[in-house]
Amino acid sequence: MKGLKIAVLVKQVTDTRETVEATVGADGTIDRNALPAICNPDDLNALEQALRIKDRIDGSQVILISMGPQRAEEVLRDGIYRGADEGILLSDRRFAGADTMATSYALAMAARRISPDLILAGRQSIDGDTAHVGPQTALWLGWPQVTYAEQVTPCEDGSIEIRRVSDDETEVVRTTLPAVVTVGGSGAAECRPSNVRRILEYKKQPVTVWTADDLGGDTSRYGLGGSPTQVVESRTIVAGHKDTEWVASDENSLSEFVARLVESHIVE
Amino acid sequence: MIFCQTRDGALSEVGLELLTKGRRLAAETGGELEALIIGGRTAHLAEEAFRYGAAKVFCAEDERLKDYLTLPYVRIAKHVVEAEQPDIFLAGATSVGRDMAPRLAAELGCGLTADCTALELGDCSYRGNEYKGVLKCIRPSFVANQLTTIISPSTRPQMATIREGVMAKEPLGKPVQGKCIMVDTTALLKKEDFAVSIIEKTARERGVDLKSAKVIVAGGYGMGSAENFEVLFRLAEMLGGEVGATRAAIDAGYVGGYERMIGQTGITVRPKLYIACGISGQVQHTVGMDKSACIISINCDADAPIHRIADYAIVGDAVKTVEHMIALIKNNRR
Ligand SMILES: Cc1cc2nc3c(=O)[nH]c(=O)nc-3n(C[C@H](O)[C@H](O)[C@H](O)COP(=O)(O)OP(=O)(O)OC[C@H]3O[C@@H](n4cnc5c(N)ncnc54)[C@H](O)[C@@H]3O)c2cc1C
Repeated sequence: MKGLKIAVLVKQVTDTRETVEATVGADGTIDRNALPAICNPDDLNALEQALRIKDRIDGSQVILISMGPQRAEEVLRDGIYRGADEGILLSDRRFAGADTMATSYALAMAARRISPDLILAGRQSIDGDTAHVGPQTALWLGWPQVTYAEQVTPCEDGSIEIRRVSDDETEVVRTTLPAVVTVGGSGAAECRPSNVRRILEYKKQPVTVWTADDLGGDTSRYGLGGSPTQVVESRTIVAGHKDTEWVASDENSLSEFVARLVESHIVE
Repeated sequence: MIFCQTRDGALSEVGLELLTKGRRLAAETGGELEALIIGGRTAHLAEEAFRYGAAKVFCAEDERLKDYLTLPYVRIAKHVVEAEQPDIFLAGATSVGRDMAPRLAAELGCGLTADCTALELGDCSYRGNEYKGVLKCIRPSFVANQLTTIISPSTRPQMATIREGVMAKEPLGKPVQGKCIMVDTTALLKKEDFAVSIIEKTARERGVDLKSAKVIVAGGYGMGSAENFEVLFRLAEMLGGEVGATRAAIDAGYVGGYERMIGQTGITVRPKLYIACGISGQVQHTVGMDKSACIISINCDADAPIHRIADYAIVGDAVKTVEHMIALIKNNRR
């Protein structure tokens, strides 16, 4: 089989799963700087699928693309230590304020420059949870998309076969290339750890940075200007609408409470 | 316009929920409710959409569309949306809606908000601009206890995907005399729309059926261990219910399987009785259960937010209290 050129879209996120009390202020807001910055978990699942293809088919190449501030270079380096060949960071003030539409446009323009056979992306990010970027990148490129993939296998005839999960089913689908596939979920294989030899070898290798000028395209589609959605409000909610009845946890109170539950058929 | 997904040859629940919500939004604006149904055979489903108030139902039926495929579905939706120019387009946040809506949004150049738990019409001011009568899409943010409101004021339709089960479905007493309009799929679809083909499909075993459970006993991180979770299974069994969990409890390995996760990234439930044990009540969890008919919270922290949305709040140790309740229910049944 002919080697595949695979682009993997990765995003640096703050690890919201690690929200510990020390990072939450009295008003319920989180001090994001106090949280670790990691590679979005689903993106690592996507990278693993890419690396497995590279293991299998000689001459395959895995290129990471990320959009973000300079610091996001960390996730590219992390991916290279795990086995990717190269990392490209899209970083430019003009990309700032991008929603999923503007983000996917920039990613698609970058992909166009590399012209990969296959783009793999994480299904969704833990800080946005929208699952928009994969499908929207596919649209900008005019490529087919397959979402919710767990496993991606190249076929002899130049197509790829994908095992994916929908709400009710597990499916095996086949698509022509080029295509965009988003990977994630509990059935997707975990990414291999970084390799010590690779760390030593690539520690100093610079990451390529592209700006809006490098990407070309319709510059009005980048950043805030290319973003149709606007976050108008984030409000901390204080629940308290219900007439809560407080039940003491001592023997008698609980006993009386359970009797009432049974009597009123709440418990049957 | 509501995209009504089909499931087993009928309109899916979330489609009916969205038609109900759409009908109310249309009434508020003096607009009209429209539905889009795509599938193998769909014309006969228009009746059901009329019962929920759709005045116009667009049906695309084609043997090739029996199973959901992104490209042909998006092409049809784009065609109908461009012809009808609705102000709002809603789809369920299912694996179908979440695959189709983002591509459709980019195709139309429209803003899309994912996984909403509430929708409101209203005025908004943002960065010095005033927007009248826009769709406010409300969803939990990734920050604990925060809700985010997102608008797409300058593009039409305003698009959103909505979580299953968060809107109530209510048919009309009398169906509207609507119009069913067939979409000519033969003329519309191209060969390249079938670049992706389904080779094999197997129904996934749904071991746990939280959605139809009448009673849910849910455990959080405060349960402390997998062993302690056992008491929840005992209580659930006793009440003919199921065990649910928070993300924190599942991540900690106290209980297996994300199919038990309730909340924003899990599922939305509205059982008759929800017993929350060792759960703090972060909004990402509560959006999935706050419409339960009766909520009992058991948490040792009197200030835990879960108590404030509970009908009955018990401040105490979850394991001890549940064990106690099990014994008491047994006694009461004798
Ligand atoms: C994008 C995103 C999506 C998310 N989606 C979901 C989702 O779908 N579902 C979900 O559940 N979460 C979700 N979360 C996580 C959510 O924000 C909370 O972190 C989570 O719900 C907290 O779970 P918990 O209440 O079990 O744990 P905690 O918040 O740690 O609460 C534990 C509670 O147990 C109490 N407790 C401790 N010991 C005892 C005891 N012995 N007896 C009684 N009580 C005790 C404590 O007082 C505390 O209130 C999401 C988060 C993000 C960022």
